[in-house]
Amino acid sequence: MTATPAHPPTIVLVGHGMVGQRFLEALAERGLTGTHRVVVLCEEPRPAYDRVQLTSYFSGRTPEDLSVTDLAFIEEHGIELRVGDPAKNVDRAARTVTARSGLVVGYDVLVLATGSYPFVPPVPGKDAEGCFVYRTIEDLLAIEEYAKSATTGAVVGGGLLGLEAAGALKGLGLTSHIVEFAPRLMPVQVDDGGGAALLRTIEGMGLSVHTGVGTQEILTGADGAVTGMRLSDGSELATDLVVFSAGVRPRDQLARDCGLTVGERGGISVDERCRTVTDERVFAIGECALAADGRVYGLVAPGYEQAETAAATIAAQEASFTGADLSTKLKLLGVDVASFGDAHGTAEDCLDVVYSDSRAGLYKKLVVGRDGTLLGGILVGDAEAYGTLRAFTGSVPPVSPESLVLPAGAGAPAQLGPSALPDDAVICSCHNVTKGSIRGAVTDHACTTVPEVKKCTKAGTGCGSCVKVLGQLVTAQLEASGVEVDKGLCGCFAQTREELYEIVLALRVTSFRELLDGHGREGARGGDGCEVCKPAVGSIIASLAPAIGASGYVLEGEQAALQDTNDHFLANLQKNGSYSVVPRIPGGEIAPEKLIVIGEIARDFGLYTKITGGQRIDMFGARVEQLPVIWARLVDAGFESGHAYGKSLRTVKSCVGQTWCRYGVQDSVRMAIDLELRYRGLRSPHKLKSAVSGCARECAEAQSKDFGVIATSNGWNLYVGGNGGATPRHADLLAQDLSDAELVRLIDRFLMFYIRTADKLERTSTWLERLPGGLDHVRDVVVHDSLGICDELESLMRAHVSHYRDEWAETVNDPEKLARFVSFVNAPDTPDPVVGFVPERDQMKPDLPLLSIGVRRPSEEDLLEGSTRR
Amino acid sequence: MTLAPETTGLKVRLRLTDGWFTACGLHALLPGRGVAALLPDGGQVALFRDREGGLYAIDNRDPFTGAAVLSRGLTGTHLGRPFVASPLLKQRFDLATGRCLDDDGVRVAVYEVEAA
Ligand code: SRM
Ligand SMILES: Cc1cc2nc3c(=O)[nH]c(=O)nc-3n(C[C@H](O)[C@H](O)[C@H](O)COP(=O)(O)OP(=O)(O)OC[C@H]3O[C@@H](n4cnc5c(N)ncnc54)[C@H](O)[C@@H]3O)c2cc1C
Ligand code: SF4
Ligand code: FES
Repeated sequence: MTATPAHPPTIVLVGHGMVGQRFLEALAERGLTGTHRVVVLCEEPRPAYDRVQLTSYFSGRTPEDLSVTDLAFIEEHGIELRVGDPAKNVDRAARTVTARSGLVVGYDVLVLATGSYPFVPPVPGKDAEGCFVYRTIEDLLAIEEYAKSATTGAVVGGGLLGLEAAGALKGLGLTSHIVEFAPRLMPVQVDDGGGAALLRTIEGMGLSVHTGVGTQEILTGADGAVTGMRLSDGSELATDLVVFSAGVRPRDQLARDCGLTVGERGGISVDERCRTVTDERVFAIGECALAADGRVYGLVAPGYEQAETAAATIAAQEASFTGADLSTKLKLLGVDVASFGDAHGTAEDCLDVVYSDSRAGLYKKLVVGRDGTLLGGILVGDAEAYGTLRAFTGSVPPVSPESLVLPAGAGAPAQLGPSALPDDAVICSCHNVTKGSIRGAVTDHACTTVPEVKKCTKAGTGCGSCVKVLGQLVTAQLEASGVEVDKGLCGCFAQTREELYEIVLALRVTSFRELLDGHGREGARGGDGCEVCKPAVGSIIASLAPAIGASGYVLEGEQAALQDTNDHFLANLQKNGSYSVVPRIPGGEIAPEKLIVIGEIARDFGLYTKITGGQRIDMFGARVEQLPVIWARLVDAGFESGHAYGKSLRTVKSCVGQTWCRYGVQDSVRMAIDLELRYRGLRSPHKLKSAVSGCARECAEAQSKDFGVIATSNGWNLYVGGNGGATPRHADLLAQDLSDAELVRLIDRFLMFYIRTADKLERTSTWLERLPGGLDHVRDVVVHDSLGICDELESLMRAHVSHYRDEWAETVNDPEKLARFVSFVNAPDTPDPVVGFVPERDQMKPDLPLLSIGVRRPSEEDLLEGSTRR
Repeated sequence: MTLAPETTGLKVRLRLTDGWFTACGLHALLPGRGVAALLPDGGQVALFRDREGGLYAIDNRDPFTGAAVLSRGLTGTHLGRPFVASPLLKQRFDLATGRCLDDDGVRVAVYEVEAA
């Protein structure tokens, strides 16, 4: 006869961090939550959250957003989760755990997942007010609060976490310092060359880095709060706040106290099945464990693997954890840093392949074995190739390693896509998902989109660094399976923007409805379109207006309903519902009389004024009903719309050039004005920016523009595809020593080719990189006329130039359009009472009652202005 | 505050707690584009007309930013239902139910509306 136990066997988990939560999921997957009572002791005041993404709290993620615990899951599986109730001690003889609340739980299996604690070096003053560590949400909340009354912050430790912490302090508006004892930043992950590239870039961002010095003492004021620190070279650094980020140590005290074996340098000793070497009923996983290979892993991926191993072992399945890869890819302060495999080249006889460009802050090193096997590498500044390279580690890549690290342009880089990878290559190392499983998700589980594959395989749901490769694989697999990949513009159109452009041009379609009803998707015909296709089609029709016989005036008829709110009111909407006004100041050149007019208008309407980054003047805080009156005065004084609101030409910046500057070799101001007036009002897939510099010193920053011009003693050099913004890109040289006429003709062709073939909201920089053949192809088309379309491109531009009319001049003379510029249709004289202002620095700023019903969660693809979900 | 009375043609009216309120003439509504109207209690309503002539009225206040701007958003059809996207941070709201399509927890008030 078999005895049925009165109580089901009990598993107690101590620690509900990332690894603990993963362990619970692994138990549930194996059905163990059904056969066992599961009790979780969680020390922190909230259930498990995403510690890896901790820093994203400072970019608007709330603690709730960071949670990785689905409470429905906990409930459904009957897990007893005790939040804020840590384990105090373990009695291994009696097999009980006592919690702080006094609760005593008996266990059959005990799993320790207590993580790490931040190491604080034993320097005098380390406990002073204003000293922090960086590990939990509570730490962040405390730092944020303290930073409100601080101006300077210092981080002790220039490792991975130290840099993240320093970035966070900078984001909080503090002058930030990093103090690192080692001679370089991120000593564990990168080598000297990589450290140097990183240093230059980080200093370039305005952070002060002190390497090769230790922290000797934290200095405090009379009130006991931090005032500075003394460094090992004898110098002092004034600071209001200190964050210690000098490494972590395993939290193994609980284990020590109950007699479990721990390593010399800490960590609970476990075997290959994650069982403690001392007691077969006790397991240790995650950062608190000293694995069988003698290492303590400080990354989530190995911890997850250990969680799976422990759960499998409890379920009496085969599993083992014998070590893991320490690859990491991070975006630290906006700089890509990645290291993978044998990054430091410790294997015998290995060779380094190094590419380094210190000016651009680039450093790439691959470690290759004698037989060509890729062993590991380090990438700083550009980690695009990380996903592919990591997956090739351990094998001989099909192309030479050099070609994988050289930048675009320097000897054709190998376009080695993920399709070249073997099936057992690990794509997502956070969740250990291979290329084979991802393909399987598409072929066997009928997933057709990246979100579906993420859900199905978990790939891409950790640090996110593999999502790009994931997307490429999903598309490739779908195409291989003969599934048509939907590249359509949106839910209403199955065509790309480029295809719609061709349709509009060929069939002379002049209205959105006509295009939607005739060429939209089945279910969308007869409908109202959506916020993605309406402005995109509006822009196509506007770009082609003179050629297809549509009205070029964006407020005419149906066009008005297609425009984003900014174009609809010909001004930029601000956070409180007021608008900004930007008159065009071509080339940044402005006569005193015009400056005075702007000053008078701003004064009369009480507007906030600011010089923009685009060499002109922005007036903020106009109410809708004031726009026509303001513009009537501006138009009178000879100003016209600056199109700061449109996806169209913004500004052509200039330097003062030959006329005044002792170095100038051409008249850059005149050229900038000519170009700005030629392309003003040109509607395009995204905004267009330009600049003209009078000599190679480049004071106008032309190489950061969509099209930039730099004077030479023989004429002009034309650069294209530059970008500032979130993903800066230096422009590429398209042609040299052009005459005025040649320059203009080439820009005409270039812009029209871009407008014709770019995707919606695709700047020239991304377009150039996406186009097959890249710069060479563009040069073939616009310089060598390889497609034979240059005549057409030029004539389209001529039509645009000759039909240009100022939108605001047209609007202030049209009473019907003016009637739209009211806050209320039924009370035209009443201003919107929600629009309010308060004084600041002799001017004013918006006053808006803060509503906090939640911040929209940033997703990978959007959130810049104008960007909408696909 | 002066509420201008409408004199000719069809009127857009919405039902408030104490009866029907005339907001504007139907001609003031451009298909696919909204307008805001001031309510007697100082509140604001955003009015829309789709290309089929359907009328919708929702609260004008964008719950995500606090600004009274929903009437200035782009409208469209999503799975056969009409919506407006906030011009500030682009969250979409179902015009018939007020429900936010991008955040289950959020909705704006809707009003019964007719042309008479
Ligand atoms: C006013 C201004 C800031 C300032 O006070 O100086 C500004 C303000 C805005 N920028 Fe900018 N940008 C301004 C110069 C720049 C510059 C510098 C420049 O042009 O030399 C850049 C980097 C250069 C570049 O674009 O490559 C810049 C990169 C951006 C970006 C990122 C673009 C990108 O490709 O990554 C956005 C977001 C977008 O367009 O999607 C943006 C968007 C915006 C928006 C439109 C965001 C929004 O929707 O509210 C801001 C509205 C302006 C307004 O309400 O009037 N702004 N913005 C500058 C106006 C210049 C002008 O006279 O027109
Ligand atoms: C800012 C930051 C950035 C990071 N970035 C990355 C990255 O990019 N990639 C990467 O791989 N890793 C990164 N890490 C490391 C990663 O977060 C850890 O490896 C991972 O969280 C380890 O999980 P864990 O469950 O072992 O420990 P933890 O997540 O620390 O969880 C342990 C939990 O146990 C609790 N606990 C301790 N003692 C007790 C007790 N006696 N009773 C009850 N509960 C107890 C603790 O309060 C804690 O909540 C980062 C860490 C930080 C802080
Ligand atoms: S770019 Fe050359 S010409 Fe222009 S201001 Fe600078 S130094 Fe002078
Ligand atoms: S590698 Fe981190 S989510 Fe895939």
